Amino acid sequence: MKLALKVTEVETLSPLVKRFRFEDPTGAELPVFSGGAHITVEMPEGDIIRRNSYSLISDPYDGSAYEIAVRREDQGRGGSLYMHTKVSEGDEITVSTPSNLFQLDLRARKHVLIGGGIGITPFLSQLKQLDMEQKPYELHYAARTRDEAAGLKLLPEAAHIHVHISDEGARMDIGAILDGQPLGTHVYTCGPEGLIEAVADQAARLNWPETAVHSEAFTAPPPGEPFDVVVKSTGQSITVKADQSLLEALEEAKVKVEYSCRGGACGRCQTKVTTCDGRILHNDHWLSEDERGAQQDIMPCMSRFKGTRLELDL
Amino acid sequence: MPNTEFTPSIPSRPTYTGLVSQGAAPAIMVADEAGAGALIDLAASDASVMDHAHVVLIGCGVDVLRTPAPAAVHEAPDFEAATPVITQLLGEARMGTQLYLAGSEGLIGHVSAIAFAQGLPLDVIQSEHRGPIARRMQCVHCKGITEDVTTDPFTCSHCGLTLFVRDHFSRRLGVFQGVCVDAETPGVVPETVEIRP
Amino acid sequence: MTMHFNDETFRGDYTYHNSPEAIRRFPFPFDQDSYMYSVNIEQHPGGPKGTPFEFKFDVDEHYVAEMKDREITLAEDPLRCQSLPHMELAGWDLLELIMVSKARDYPDLFTLHRDGNDWHWINKPLGIEKKFTFLDPTTLPCGPMEYITRQTQGDFALLHERDGNLWMDAGMVTSQADWSLDFDVGMNFFEWHAPVPKARKMGVFDKALKFLLAVGQGQHYRRLNWTMTVNPRLDTSPENYHKWGPEKRTITPENVGQKQFLRVELQTFFRLPRSNALAFPIRCYLANLEDLAIVPKWGRRLHRVLRDIDPDLADYKGFAVNQETIVTYLSQFDDGAPTSPGIFPDA
Repeated sequence: MKLALKVTEVETLSPLVKRFRFEDPTGAELPVFSGGAHITVEMPEGDIIRRNSYSLISDPYDGSAYEIAVRREDQGRGGSLYMHTKVSEGDEITVSTPSNLFQLDLRARKHVLIGGGIGITPFLSQLKQLDMEQKPYELHYAARTRDEAAGLKLLPEAAHIHVHISDEGARMDIGAILDGQPLGTHVYTCGPEGLIEAVADQAARLNWPETAVHSEAFTAPPPGEPFDVVVKSTGQSITVKADQSLLEALEEAKVKVEYSCRGGACGRCQTKVTTCDGRILHNDHWLSEDERGAQQDIMPCMSRFKGTRLELDL
Repeated sequence: MPNTEFTPSIPSRPTYTGLVSQGAAPAIMVADEAGAGALIDLAASDASVMDHAHVVLIGCGVDVLRTPAPAAVHEAPDFEAATPVITQLLGEARMGTQLYLAGSEGLIGHVSAIAFAQGLPLDVIQSEHRGPIARRMQCVHCKGITEDVTTDPFTCSHCGLTLFVRDHFSRRLGVFQGVCVDAETPGVVPETVEIRP
Repeated sequence: MTMHFNDETFRGDYTYHNSPEAIRRFPFPFDQDSYMYSVNIEQHPGGPKGTPFEFKFDVDEHYVAEMKDREITLAEDPLRCQSLPHMELAGWDLLELIMVSKARDYPDLFTLHRDGNDWHWINKPLGIEKKFTFLDPTTLPCGPMEYITRQTQGDFALLHERDGNLWMDAGMVTSQADWSLDFDVGMNFFEWHAPVPKARKMGVFDKALKFLLAVGQGQHYRRLNWTMTVNPRLDTSPENYHKWGPEKRTITPENVGQKQFLRVELQTFFRLPRSNALAFPIRCYLANLEDLAIVPKWGRRLHRVLRDIDPDLADYKGFAVNQETIVTYLSQFDDGAPTSPGIFPDA
């Protein structure tokens, strides 16, 4: 489902991060959501529509507006650049209804939230939910410099909210954070791959069960070398440009593919590969190691291809 | 006597894969007399597993536990007496604590249910079946629990209905389901047989 | 009030009955002359005006009587309603979904005034008027799920999503087809379906789970399921099996048309906003063979489906012992003529 909204606020939080507020143009209530949910934002440019997913940072139970924070990625496909340079107050913008791939496990006795850099965003809505549900939690926010730490403007000051600025010598000690937490604690990490891996490693070292360790790593699709893809049902050959994802190229060519997160996390766009003379560059978080190796499935929202022929069962 | 091998069944029927040492991590171990054998084998494979272990023995004395000394031993005559001890140990435990259960299906089911209610994921509970093939059955009609059921059908020790033994198992309650065998044709009861693994 | 509500019972003297309009709008579950498991999912709501598919929550002539029957069942066995502690938020989500839908779709029967979290709910058929604070459980006489499902036809399961699975962590179940909420609460999707024969092997549940996990906010779906029940009994629970079981053996060639009911479940799926849980309402519709055969297409088709069904399914759906009597009775309505596709009666 899509919502046609209006941009009502744009605020610069740091040199690289802007906050956007979207409201219904008639003032109608928007669907409320759960902590950790995201929306997909449409960015039309010429004939093509780019779509990126962003975590909601506003109060999940407040239907008056949705807010997101976007970090400018100069090396990306242009989605975040579009948000930074082409979107201003008063503009119309189309977004999806919220969906959640990073929800809190409300059974937990305690929640430990670890955000690195722009990975703080999903926790901003989760904090509000945890406060409302009166659940015990602690949040750790790590950034390189205070200047880059856009989240500082969005976080409340509270005893259980900890900020770690590595340039100021306050590096986050993940082992110390996880050690000695009460049985029934869940940990959630969002941020760079390295941070997610480090938390998973420390949790495993401390014998944490895997089901108590959650992460969200979905990112915008990476750009890469252009490549061609063949649609099996029609024989149509489509070129995927350097700054375009396979999913976007298929959509531009009017080939229908189901999708939801557009970040390699939800599994919705999984597509069968019928011919693969070459190597699939799997950039998703969905397929298992075995599935990657088999090269019989691809997640078009994130993954690319290097080789002579890629044919999809579409 | 090793871990009992059970016939493959429906997905709700629990399986017991045997105890494997997770080293000297803090641990809570619960066993009955037959299950104590599994703890002995566990300690024989890795003596350090006892270093930070609290062992709860149900219905047997500490003399059955011929292992290196654990951090503490608690004795309880039955499930009812053991429940507050286990609940307290779980309540004070930290993340990373291992739970080892050994003995009857009733013991494993009962303690798993307590741990589940305390927020412990089922994937960190290790269990090994030792001793007789007897089930802890809940009568779906009166909700009464009959321990140590060895025949199918059996008589509910609370309401007296004749129940057949299902493989459907509730982890929340730690029991198998017993359902009236002659509900449609009162008095027509199939021949009683021994439960098989 | 425009709707008439039947004075009828679902136990004892079994005075339950369908009006001609209720028969005509019955959600007949077979869209062809044979039956095997399928995922058969459609968007919901959506369907011809007057059908049970028109609105998110169908209210019909049995509403008041069904709510009385639920009250009796709960008084005898409060464990038919369960909510594990983390599911209260999902209960509020469900309450909101139902109150908002009913007030919009049946303005003659239900009214909801909202001022922030101060809500005022009026349920005319049941004579309930209540002011309460949304998300504050102390302002309701019971938990939010119990409160609203005591006023809504059908059973309800609330499914918590975690670890790539769905867990049935809350529910109100008083008109079930022989499964126990008290026993199954806390189970995951595969555990609570464990007793269903064949389907696991066919991979139906893997597909169904994948689909359900992908259901998003604002997308609602439905499917129809069915079984057979002797007498118009809502409470065919395992808890009371020893009480209703003997009735299954009272079918004779003379009474089968009136006593044997087709029991149809309209199952719907809604992603709930605040909890991200899935609501799984299971609405039960009952019609006896005699009434169903008034629609010629249904008489023909039901005969063919029940005659040719897989014996394991006849057993699982609990009518194997009466299958011969049922099929013989229905054969009088089957002249061998072809039937039109789809579930609806021919115009």
